[in-house]
Amino acid sequence: MASMDTDAHVGPVLMTGNEAVAHAAMKAGLGFFAGYPITPSTEIAETLSAMLPRAGGVFIQMEDEIAAMSAIIGGSLAGAKTLTATSGPGFSLKQEAIGYACLTEVPCVIVNVMRGGPSTGLPTLPAQGDVMQARWGTHGDHPVVAYCPERVEEAYLLTLKCFEVAERLRTPVMLLMDEIVGHVTERVIFPVKGAFEVTSNRETTLSPEDYRPYGYDQQLPPPLVPFGKGYRYHVSGLMHDETGFPSSDTANGDRELRWLMSKVENNREMVIDVELVNMEDADIMLFAYGASARSAKGAMRLAREEGLKVGLFRPRSIWPFAYDELKAAAQGVKAIISIEMNLGQLTNEVKLAVEGQVPVVPFFKVGGEPVLPAEILETIRGV
Amino acid sequence: MRAVDYDKYLRAAHVPHIWCPGCGHGIALKTMVRAVDTMGWEKNDVCMVSGIGCSGRAPGYVDFNSLHTTHGRAIAFASGIKLANNNLNVVVVTGDGDGVAIGGNHLIHAARRNLDITVLLWNNTIYGMTGGQVSPTTPLGCKATTAPFGNYEHSFNIAELVAAAGGNFIARGTVHNPIQLEKLMVQAFSKRGFSFVEVMSPCPTAFGRRNKLKSAPAMMQDLKDRSIPIAKALKMEPDDLDGKIVTGVLLDRDKQEYTDIYRNLVANLRGA
Ligand code: SF4
Repeated sequence: MASMDTDAHVGPVLMTGNEAVAHAAMKAGLGFFAGYPITPSTEIAETLSAMLPRAGGVFIQMEDEIAAMSAIIGGSLAGAKTLTATSGPGFSLKQEAIGYACLTEVPCVIVNVMRGGPSTGLPTLPAQGDVMQARWGTHGDHPVVAYCPERVEEAYLLTLKCFEVAERLRTPVMLLMDEIVGHVTERVIFPVKGAFEVTSNRETTLSPEDYRPYGYDQQLPPPLVPFGKGYRYHVSGLMHDETGFPSSDTANGDRELRWLMSKVENNREMVIDVELVNMEDADIMLFAYGASARSAKGAMRLAREEGLKVGLFRPRSIWPFAYDELKAAAQGVKAIISIEMNLGQLTNEVKLAVEGQVPVVPFFKVGGEPVLPAEILETIRGV
Repeated sequence: MRAVDYDKYLRAAHVPHIWCPGCGHGIALKTMVRAVDTMGWEKNDVCMVSGIGCSGRAPGYVDFNSLHTTHGRAIAFASGIKLANNNLNVVVVTGDGDGVAIGGNHLIHAARRNLDITVLLWNNTIYGMTGGQVSPTTPLGCKATTAPFGNYEHSFNIAELVAAAGGNFIARGTVHNPIQLEKLMVQAFSKRGFSFVEVMSPCPTAFGRRNKLKSAPAMMQDLKDRSIPIAKALKMEPDDLDGKIVTGVLLDRDKQEYTDIYRNLVANLRGA
């Protein structure tokens, strides 16, 4: 599987979520991968170690997780589409550099195949315990975009989306995939055949004298011209003005931070991606994402057979959180059952979205066992 | 000294620099600019990368592609840049805290890979930017804000570390002898593979004042007094070299370079 050419197979093929991520990244034009071995994401690196050199791209296994994250930021500044993949402990180590990419507005994609935590936790077992870390893992206010696939085919599609959004918004984008989706082997038909062009936001019509690497008053950030193209600008993790040079001016700092947050907020329609199932007549709404959503769908079918009007709200985009979409979908429902493989991280966001108008019933499972449809069904019956 | 048009390389809007009066870093920067000029590198083809600390500010002052990264990670960022665009001449400026404390792992592994970048480590034997804390190169017994009774740890010999890790070219110079330092930098820049120059640079503010070297001239004199050329040092007993600064080319070899190996692999795979 690892040696498979990206275009040669449009499907159906059998593939894991981790492999699908690698294939999608190649399709998106990946030029540079830096990683570090960690369960359960390692197959992404393994697959790319065979694919990238064949395609003329660069694969490097770095000395540690921090180096891998730093290297993909450097590679992106030099013009490549870049990716790294990791899991819990590695995701923790990468946080400082993720914040650097947020502030310096360097596009890159980070895959976190979620395993049980905290600490070494349960390396081979699934969890969804990193969703809040994805949002607030690095220090300071910063924008975050993160997606979560429920199955292998979607891992492929959302990986493409990660690259697209990273380029257009010039920000690190995360794919949060639980271990189940990372490791399950499924029949996949590559949804994108032949040419697929991810937006590239790297060229400007401006002269080097007029070019500014940063802009704080537009809908979208200016293109990031790669190093070596004759635009000798400066990039710094210090707060900076439009030229990229450090500025300790407090008004500039205020403007820069508000811009960073607003560039995601102002482009929500590009970023937000939700699935609604059977919500037209539902009195009970299931809230679920990732592999848990598949169990939720199973439970929903069983409940419908019993005549219970159950629907599903499933965010594919975890961050920014789809508050408005969720609030609209929850109009008229009697209760929301929030299903997570953690102890209620996104459930707090669900509560925020419905502003106390709908009761939110928790269904949390941790310890490494996947959520089962029958368990959810029991909760549905009890509501 | 050969005349160099410094204005061509300095970013007029961003100088004067923030370094203290008497700091060695200004000489280190000037020497580096001279070496780049000697190389005849196009400014567009030069990428300068730094981490955090007093040395970290250097790239902002020079008109190259410049990147001021996180603490300790400059070499990792630079590795990504070099691998994504092999045409760039990538130069890392780091310090002793940045380069061998928090970032030591990246130095070791870039040297092991023999990646074609140059690391200039401006060693002032102290954490200057944060006000004078003990660093991995602070000599035994010297005072720092976190070693008020004198440093009780042994210090690093960074050149030996880089040599053991596999660096291709290793040199040491001081800002007291910029003519030699420039030559060493030119040799490092010319070398294919991982090249490393340790630049001994005085920090009168955070190190000197606490260690009986109260003025910048006193620190310069100290650098001069302790410097020994490598040719002379080779004839001396190790004990007699205690506290000395051995200068010159310490190692020069020709291991196969990382991107050359990788490029061959890619060519073979694609040709096959
Ligand atoms: S603190 Fe020391 S190293 Fe830093 S600028 Fe001042 S003299 Fe130079």
